[in-house]
Amino acid sequence: MTLAAGGGRDPPNCGVTAMRLEMLRDLLRCEVLTGADALDTEIDMAVASDAMSVVLSSPHPRALMITGLTNIQSVRTAQISHLSAIMYVRGSRPTETTVKLARDNKTVLLSTELGMFDCCGILYSRGIKGGV
Amino acid sequence: MPEELLRKTFEIRGWDFENAGERSAAVTTILKDLDVDPSIILRVGVVAFEAEMNVVMYAGRATLTLVVTDREIEVEVADEGPGIPDIELAMQPGYSTASDEMRDMGFGYGLGLPNIKKNSDVFSLQSEVGRGTRVHSTIRLMSYG
Repeated sequence: MTLAAGGGRDPPNCGVTAMRLEMLRDLLRCEVLTGADALDTEIDMAVASDAMSVVLSSPHPRALMITGLTNIQSVRTAQISHLSAIMYVRGSRPTETTVKLARDNKTVLLSTELGMFDCCGILYSRGIKGGV
Repeated sequence: MPEELLRKTFEIRGWDFENAGERSAAVTTILKDLDVDPSIILRVGVVAFEAEMNVVMYAGRATLTLVVTDREIEVEVADEGPGIPDIELAMQPGYSTASDEMRDMGFGYGLGLPNIKKNSDVFSLQSEVGRGTRVHSTIRLMSYG
């Protein structure tokens, strides 16, 4: 499944250009899996896909990745693409090995019960751009 | 003549999904230590990672060689895999022979080779069925445009 919030268009002008991860955590009712000390990081762009090559084809440093893919390649992709954080959807959670790699690389990992479409819609409506 | 600053070769094992990406991460760490521009590291990282994943998915083993000169960065991945019968087809975005299992790993969507080419200033691919595939990518350092 591949979705990119906003399809590259600018989101509605709602006065928000960036969002702290702590606000995103509250908005999408996320559990913080690692990186609780870095929730003041701001993101202004998100890419959503279960296909890591899609994320790698248009990498946006410091963006948020929204995915249902929980294996170690999700964190490797974030590391290579210089992403700030990963949000796992549908309540999916990575293994401890994957969490440890994220911790070592200072990548924030979040998990939400919401689905990918809902996450994209909520973030887009709040001004987060889609990184396509 | 460009001055060679560093040359390092890594071994990649096929079907080793758990450690896939480790060499690419090591490549980016080396480049950070050399104070290479982050936008260049990003491009080299994508090239190395996509090539590494191709090896892990399709080939038994390979070497990844990183060469850094004062003008450019080269990444060459040479595998002993099955080879590519139709390179033109393989370069088309979206074309893939990957299994569902590979896609479950987040790769195999027919974007790997196009991503490598897109991030390269000079790209070449040679392949022989039954012998293997060699991907060569050159990324120029910014000061040499």
